[in-house]
Amino acid sequence: MSALLSSIKDIHSERRVFLSRVILASVVSILLVGVVVARLVQLQVVDHELFAEKSQGNRVRIEPVPPIRGLIFDRAGRVLAENLPAYQLELVPEQVADVEETLERLAAIDLIAAEDIPRYLELSRSGARFKPVTLKFRLTDEEIANFAIQRPRFPGVDFRPRLVRHYPHGEEIAHVVGYVGALSTRDMERLDTASYAGTSHTGKTGVESSYESDLHGDAGYRHLVTNARGRQVPSDTNDLLDSATFSNLSPTPGANVHLTIDLDLQRIATRAFTDRRGALVALDPRSGEILALVSAPSFDPNLFAVGMTTSQFRGLQDDPDRPLFNRAVRGAYPPGSTIKPMLALAALETGATNLTRKTICRGYFQLPGNEHRYRDWKPGGHGPVDLHDAIAQSCDVYFYEVSTELGIDAMHEYLDRFGLGSGTGIDIGGERRGLVPSRDWKERAFSGDHKRWYHGETVIASIGQGYMLATPLQLAAAAGTLAMRGARFRPHIVAAVEDPLTGERDPVTPERLDDVGIDNETHWNAVVGAMHDVMQGPRGTARAVGTGAPYEMAGKSGTAQVVSIAQDEEYDDAELEERQRDHALFIAFAPLEDPRIAVALIVENGESGSGVAAPIAREIMDAYLGYADDAS
Amino acid sequence: MRLSDTSRLMAPKAAPLSDFALLMRRLHIDGPLLGGLLLICGFGLFVLYSAVGESSRLLVNQLIRLGIAFVAMLIVAQLPPGFLRRWTPWGYLAGVVLLVLVLLKGDVGQGARRWLDIGVRFQPSEAMKLAVPMMAAWYLHDRQIPPKLTQLLMIAVMIVVPTILIARQPDLGTALLIAASGVIVIVLAGLPFKVMIGLGLAAIPGALALWNFMQDYQKQRVLTLLDPDSDPLGAGYNIIQSKIAIGSGGLFGKGWTNGSQAQLEFLPERDTDFIFAVLGEEFGLFGVLTLLALYLFVIGRGLFIAVQAHDTFSRLLAGSISLTFMVYVFVNTAMVTGLIPVVGVPLPLVSFGGTSMVTLMAGFGILMSIHSHRKLLPH
Repeated sequence: MSALLSSIKDIHSERRVFLSRVILASVVSILLVGVVVARLVQLQVVDHELFAEKSQGNRVRIEPVPPIRGLIFDRAGRVLAENLPAYQLELVPEQVADVEETLERLAAIDLIAAEDIPRYLELSRSGARFKPVTLKFRLTDEEIANFAIQRPRFPGVDFRPRLVRHYPHGEEIAHVVGYVGALSTRDMERLDTASYAGTSHTGKTGVESSYESDLHGDAGYRHLVTNARGRQVPSDTNDLLDSATFSNLSPTPGANVHLTIDLDLQRIATRAFTDRRGALVALDPRSGEILALVSAPSFDPNLFAVGMTTSQFRGLQDDPDRPLFNRAVRGAYPPGSTIKPMLALAALETGATNLTRKTICRGYFQLPGNEHRYRDWKPGGHGPVDLHDAIAQSCDVYFYEVSTELGIDAMHEYLDRFGLGSGTGIDIGGERRGLVPSRDWKERAFSGDHKRWYHGETVIASIGQGYMLATPLQLAAAAGTLAMRGARFRPHIVAAVEDPLTGERDPVTPERLDDVGIDNETHWNAVVGAMHDVMQGPRGTARAVGTGAPYEMAGKSGTAQVVSIAQDEEYDDAELEERQRDHALFIAFAPLEDPRIAVALIVENGESGSGVAAPIAREIMDAYLGYADDAS
Repeated sequence: MRLSDTSRLMAPKAAPLSDFALLMRRLHIDGPLLGGLLLICGFGLFVLYSAVGESSRLLVNQLIRLGIAFVAMLIVAQLPPGFLRRWTPWGYLAGVVLLVLVLLKGDVGQGARRWLDIGVRFQPSEAMKLAVPMMAAWYLHDRQIPPKLTQLLMIAVMIVVPTILIARQPDLGTALLIAASGVIVIVLAGLPFKVMIGLGLAAIPGALALWNFMQDYQKQRVLTLLDPDSDPLGAGYNIIQSKIAIGSGGLFGKGWTNGSQAQLEFLPERDTDFIFAVLGEEFGLFGVLTLLALYLFVIGRGLFIAVQAHDTFSRLLAGSISLTFMVYVFVNTAMVTGLIPVVGVPLPLVSFGGTSMVTLMAGFGILMSIHSHRKLLPH
């Protein structure tokens, strides 16, 4: 009974305690507010004169000075991105009676596009009314002359000089250097506002984006004399400022970035892709330095730096050839037969095949107990082939057969060691990982009955079809690894970052990755030798391209199906839509014994790896190794 | 006061209420509280319009946020305190789970991981501003008061877990405010003075530990307070310019939209954390005292509602909501006048920006619910 009583809450004592605590809290609150009020009295009454004077003296205001963005150079020091002076057109909403009407009149004299008026209206409403809104980032000489005459008609609209990013080699290197664009609200959330005060543009893609923190620099500030309304007074008054009292801080210019790209090579590669879609990556296998990286078609990055009209941007975005898409690092394609040298090494290492084994190729392969015919690219077959012939002549049936003994998981294991199926870690963003399938992957990626791995899928994976996907960059890195007989380096585009003031260079050291882990020299000799014969042997698929060259080279062609062909249907490319033709691929490296360049490329719908892609690889290697025909 | 209030509540039987008063009762709205809040918001909009450079779009933005916040208040006011209490533990648990999710896979904004995307983007730490004091009040609701030591430890855990999760985001300012709202519940529940003093002494090593927990920029803010001139362009600049703005305002201010500090952009963050300085510059001591008086009125009304409340949960919760509001007001005004380091706490109901406004008004909705759902027991 007493236990029950004590468990009943004593409401009255509780209320008493609570009331006392509320009174205590009220006293503390009033004390705290009292402290603030005392402080306010101190500031606003006692020290009012002092602060009033200081506020009057605040005629000198601090203005941020944006830093000059660092330059980008190729490996020979040629400028790829620079800053040029230009005039931009600005409108101050506060000084314009009717913003919409003014914009319409500006459109009438073709200074701005009529379709962009709503965008500028929105901009002029969203910010503070005294802050200028940029209508156009770069005026042509004609536009300046035209506007100068009409200027009295447009109070509140004026042009102002500033630096605009300019890419002298525009389209040729757009997918490497990237571009800068106007700062967006999202950018502002990400970036340090103090350092970006006064900055209007930021790197959006490529090196401009990945090296943004180096290229940008830090904002400085200067003191400006302003009139009572806060407008800057003519600059000669600023000279009166006592430099001891008003110390200015110069902005720290952004660092210069030197690339590993060879502009000459880049141009030759770009030219080879004229009127073609595709991508090419050339790199130095001894360091991972990228010498050329092309994605075709390309675009003019200067459009982004100076701003374009809405319809111009739509045009770029909706172009079916996708010029903005960086195929070299983001395009994932079936690698086709280009993976055969790596699979040959895997098969030799695991004992799934040996150097003497011969297979009779009749032009097709069948799994035991299954009617389905896996066809060779050569309808009649290659006859008896060993491993060397299978690579040099690109016999599919040999690899179909070996794959059943090798198995998908071993294939996955070795291709993974060559870096396929995972990002290369290149120093520009947006890279795709590609895909090397395995039992485990299929289990995770599919549901229900589709989880099972079928033998037939192993067979088609052995010629780089089916689920398998790789980017041109990954294939170039793999070609480099084959050239180096297992040594791998992380591909990179930036060679050094340079302090623009001291000229001091901070070089990027090549990063060596885990070796492929194949030590058997005989196996390497066999596979590399076979790749050599692809280009310079008597029966190689690309012998037309390689024979007669003044140096030794190695390569492997590939053809990737875009549409699957039904059983027994005849392959008649004349009837196929152009965009449904096979992709042509090629990987190569040279010189054979002391490799200095590795190349991978794809020509979309190019049909023949040996016929269309291989000549481009040869042209690049000739140029880089100094054997280019000077007449061209 | 109490008597008159009781008689007002008894009034329907005695004399017919006006239609307006009847409507307010039916909607569970507390007139004095609503009046105070509307005055603060209205005054705040004037100051804000000046602070955003007379941008009508931003003003409309703020109006929409205020509208949403008032609707949230109205909705919460309809929920009886008993209902709120029953759902408290579940809400609290859900909040803690969401905080863990934020740390694991939240969206990053401005260097911190605070947002969670579950159909709509939202900050679970906002919900915890109410869930923590509610949980503490729920725990004490049917227990003997003042609480025993083991019970205090239980509540301490309830407060510390979300506090640490939020501090890890990192959002130290919000974490400390949430911890404060929980501690206030304990103090109101009758924590003995001896324990209070003991905890106060124990807080000293705690503060030292906190220093190590701080990010570099937060340490910089504390150091800057001690010597603002050491960093005239960074954190110190804010304090220097804010003091000039307030001081130059004098007794009656420079007039609406005429503050040179604010209008000429000397004053940073003038529409958000430092809006109090705009008020001080343009409306003078007269203006700031008016706003502080309005705040005190709202806090006083909240404490009155707490004292009038009929059960432990309601009492503790109403007290905590009111006093936490007081903490917001103090921290912001003290920071803008250079009394304490710059912590990112907005001036409640006045600063631009909306995430915290809804939470704040939902809190006032709880106060209205507590007051309007009382059963009229004769004492």
